[in-house]
Amino acid sequence: MEPAAAQALHAVNWLVWIPVLPLIGFLFNGLGWIILRQRLTRSVVNLVAVGLVFASFALSVQGFLLLRELPEGAFLGQTVFPWIQVGDFTANFGLLFDRLSCVMCLVVTGVGGLIHLYSVGYMGHDPAYARYFSYLNLFTFAMLTLVMADNLVLMFVGWEGVGLCSYLLIGFWYEDPEKAAAGKKAFIVNRIGDFGFLIGIFTIVWLMQTVDFHQMQAWTASPGHRFLLEHQTLLGIAVPTFICLALFVGAIGKSAQIPLYVWLPDAMAGPTPVSALIHAATMVTAGVYMIGRLNFLYLFSETALLVVALVGVATALYSATIGFTQNDIKKVLAYSTVSQLGFMFTAMGAAAFSAGIFHLVTHAFFKALLFLGAGSVIHGLSGEQDLRRMGGLRKKMPITAWTMVMAWLAICGVFPFAGFVSKDEILWRALNGPFGYGKLIYIIGFLAAVGTAIYMTRLIMLAFFTESRLDPEVEHHAHESPWTMWVPLAILAVLSVVGGFLNWPLILPGGHAAFEHWLEPVMALPPEAEMTTLGVESTHSMEIFLMVFSVAAAVAAIIMVGVIYARRRELTDRIAAALGPLYRASFNKYWVDEIYDALVVEPCKWISYFILFRFADAGLVDGLANGLGGLTRALGMGLRRIQTGLVRNYAFMFLIGVLGILAYFYWSR
Amino acid sequence: MELMDKYLISWIVFLPLLGAGIILLLDGTRPRAIRTVALFAMIASFLVSIQLFLRFDSQLSTYQFVQRVDWIPAFKITYQVGVDGISLLLVMLTTLLGPLVILSSWSQVSDRVKEYHVFMLLMQTGMLGAFAAMDLFLFYVFWELMLIPMYFLIGVWGGPRRIYAAIKFFLFTMFGSVLMLIAIIYLYFYAGNDFDLIVIMNKLMAEPLRVNIQLWLFAAFALAFAIKVPMFPFHTWLPDAHVEAPTAGSVILAGVLLKMGTYGFIRFAMPFFPEAAFQAVPIISVLALIGIIYGALVSMVQDDVKKMVAYSSVSHLGFVMLGLFALTPQAVSGALIQMVNHGLSTGALFLLVGIIYERRHTRLISEFGGVSKPMPLFAAFFLIVCLSSIGLPGLNGFIGEFLILLGTYTSANPHAKLYAVLAATGVIFAAVYLLWMFQRVMFGPCSKPENQKLKDVNAREILYLAVLLVFIVWIGVYPRTFLSKTQVSVDNFVSFMHSHRLPELPPPAPAETGEEQP
Repeated sequence: MEPAAAQALHAVNWLVWIPVLPLIGFLFNGLGWIILRQRLTRSVVNLVAVGLVFASFALSVQGFLLLRELPEGAFLGQTVFPWIQVGDFTANFGLLFDRLSCVMCLVVTGVGGLIHLYSVGYMGHDPAYARYFSYLNLFTFAMLTLVMADNLVLMFVGWEGVGLCSYLLIGFWYEDPEKAAAGKKAFIVNRIGDFGFLIGIFTIVWLMQTVDFHQMQAWTASPGHRFLLEHQTLLGIAVPTFICLALFVGAIGKSAQIPLYVWLPDAMAGPTPVSALIHAATMVTAGVYMIGRLNFLYLFSETALLVVALVGVATALYSATIGFTQNDIKKVLAYSTVSQLGFMFTAMGAAAFSAGIFHLVTHAFFKALLFLGAGSVIHGLSGEQDLRRMGGLRKKMPITAWTMVMAWLAICGVFPFAGFVSKDEILWRALNGPFGYGKLIYIIGFLAAVGTAIYMTRLIMLAFFTESRLDPEVEHHAHESPWTMWVPLAILAVLSVVGGFLNWPLILPGGHAAFEHWLEPVMALPPEAEMTTLGVESTHSMEIFLMVFSVAAAVAAIIMVGVIYARRRELTDRIAAALGPLYRASFNKYWVDEIYDALVVEPCKWISYFILFRFADAGLVDGLANGLGGLTRALGMGLRRIQTGLVRNYAFMFLIGVLGILAYFYWSR
Repeated sequence: MELMDKYLISWIVFLPLLGAGIILLLDGTRPRAIRTVALFAMIASFLVSIQLFLRFDSQLSTYQFVQRVDWIPAFKITYQVGVDGISLLLVMLTTLLGPLVILSSWSQVSDRVKEYHVFMLLMQTGMLGAFAAMDLFLFYVFWELMLIPMYFLIGVWGGPRRIYAAIKFFLFTMFGSVLMLIAIIYLYFYAGNDFDLIVIMNKLMAEPLRVNIQLWLFAAFALAFAIKVPMFPFHTWLPDAHVEAPTAGSVILAGVLLKMGTYGFIRFAMPFFPEAAFQAVPIISVLALIGIIYGALVSMVQDDVKKMVAYSSVSHLGFVMLGLFALTPQAVSGALIQMVNHGLSTGALFLLVGIIYERRHTRLISEFGGVSKPMPLFAAFFLIVCLSSIGLPGLNGFIGEFLILLGTYTSANPHAKLYAVLAATGVIFAAVYLLWMFQRVMFGPCSKPENQKLKDVNAREILYLAVLLVFIVWIGVYPRTFLSKTQVSVDNFVSFMHSHRLPELPPPAPAETGEEQP
């Protein structure tokens, strides 16, 4: 493996510019903002911030073209400088551009670039314009570092870096205490995940003495090490399971899965393009990417993969049920993102790594579009986010409405939109997953998919198709967005429609599964993958049947919800009333925030203040110290009495002393 | 140049003292001249120390730039100074912080300016001398020399409860020092009436002490140093001292004085008594862990920013102690870097707190809110420093914490993995207390009129914060500059410790002779 990896390495010296260009943008606009404040001209800010991200995109495309010409399994690499070297431990600032990194880079800089462009319009009136773009560029830098790192520690730099940018951008309007609190919450919940990630890194170093991805893969490939991996345990858990689950804790935090998803809905406090870029298209998918990157490791642990799949599919259904009842357009989309990320993890857990990554890509298209569309609505309605005060917007904002419709059909999985291809592949692979529970996972996933169709149709109907419930004042000002905003919408709409053709399923006419083939050299095949070739005929007809079935279910859900909202609105209240407690549970997000507050946050504060600070620190430890001081004082006071100044007393003590010494010598003879 | 080499360290150590001497001759009514002299003395010392850093040979584990002069020949007491990879960075940290604290008190201290600066310079010499001393007697002299100026800095220029805080600081430290002095005297006799560090080390290597004697002597040293660090449960002097001390005092206290404790462990307590050190691993590690978690949780509930930073030091130094006693190259390197990091980050935090205290005369979190609005540049500095303290990758704190945790996790010590996992939770808590504080002070609406008028940082403040920022980023991005200087010494220390554990049954004969002499 080692020499093969060295052969496959194609060293280039321009790779570093992909992440560094946005970093330059950050430094330029950041320093410009600090020094010049509002005097920094917007056109300069735009040119630097947007231009540099598109320049990174161009370089990524160049990398893609180069990769296409190289043999399969080849990758581009660059060691920029040695970073941490202590003893036998090394972590370089080294970049890797293989087929997986390539996909991620194209998404990050491509979709990211469009969102930068969109921001030019959306944030146009904000006084802290340069600060916003500097953060956005810093995010792009961190995200690119994450996906291009050739080792785990550098990946962690990007991993926490994107978390920082998320913190800064959620709390961008820091004067609103709620927004500032949301930023802090995101950072802290992510930190809880990062704790697991760190433990995973440490265990890998302890076991393999390396953090470099290729060296790790080579290590696991050696037969002696394989034996170790299969038999060694840590705390009674098989080592690969321990490592994979620890790392997965990091993924749960970053990619907002149960139980650490709570930060993502609050993160909607940030500007909407940020929600599109960070909290939908790129950062939150980092956990999925991480598992994809370490797929060779995850394949050593069926248990870990099963946990990944179950957490994923449970999250997919759970958050879809919350999406049914939310009235804030961004909150619906936030829970939808959590749910879609659950689908991606379902795929990863079923060892269908390419399918998971493909859903990551199509999701980036249609979810970014949904958020940007929502942003366009909010922008057009002077900040209105409540679905109950929207309606009929297709007339006021046609481009926004019709691009949103494309995204809606895509996310619902309607044939032949992008979401159909990627989601169907996941469900199919989950059903045939190599590690059991396939039927269970399939059914939950199927329900979640139907749920997706329901809440998304509700959103689209309430915003664009039902009668207008706008505030007359707002309605008067409602307008379509400027070109910088609708051009990205249009491009993403096209991608949401045709994105599926990147990986058109083999069983359909003209099928080629090009995306899966593209990733094949990076993604190891699951051990039982060959088994599925048994009984080709029956599986094919089964696959076609399920495909038709799920599309039919989605379409049925769309029509049903559509009809209810278009013709029989009063039914929604009756359904809500009939469901009673279930409705309230969903509406109140199952009270999870309140439960965490009561069980974790408040007790932690209480114990820290009363037990640790007041009792232990001020009372016990300091009391003891002060008590010793007091005792010494008292002793001194007592001893002072002896110093009477009377010669008589001194002579008496002298006598006692002499007698004592004599006695000592007498008896100790 | 030859001559320069020989006296290089002495220049660094005594330039501040020279400055103090000049100031004594100056007219006390001309504060500007006094400040300028103090600043130049500190800068001169720093510039010479850059020479030291550049010319330090990172391939050698031995002491370099050694200067040896007989001082009191009757007791074989020498003036002997030198640096190795372990003390080099600490000397650099001290000389770097020196000019910055003078700058920071430029407008904050207007009372008894002359005495203040004399004490500051005197303390600088004491600290540098303690890091460079290669003679135990000399070390003890410098160690005590630091104590007195700090006592006055807190007691004279401090806050309302300064007398209590100063006496508490003095008594706690003194208590430990006395025990250490007894242990030093024991070693003096054991080494054949010699205070020379190398003579003592050679003697201890040739004829190791018996286990129980090692344990007693280790305990005496460890107590002195643990109070200084401070380790739980000897930490309660620290919050009081910090809250009452003037800004510059807090910076020096946190930045350098506390490192004297951790330095004492790695320089003296551990290599003198390797077997005892190994036996103490569980106790020290558990106390370090308590310090990490307890310090963080108590920080979280403070209502005074300065007190919060003070308790966070307990947490951060817990990491350093954990790293030192994990006894792997990564953990010990991490601990050394973390000592420097803590000096930079916590020093910067105290400077920042000092800046708003000077403007608002309060440090209560509840008195602030929305300060980012009137002070955007201050906010940027403050945020970066907080992130560095939180251990964000790309900044300095991460390098130290990561190496410590990694080195602890991979250590062969019993339960090392458990220690590392528990310590890693401190990483979460650090984010909690710092970001929560930051949110309450800097974010939200700027509703109080006295906050709305706050002036942003001025050029002088920008200067000293920017200097710290450069190093915060430098260590985070390219730690090799610093790690490479310490590497050989650290490797040497770790392998020395592992190879000088006592065999299961200690040879009885040689150890007896040394014991009877006192």
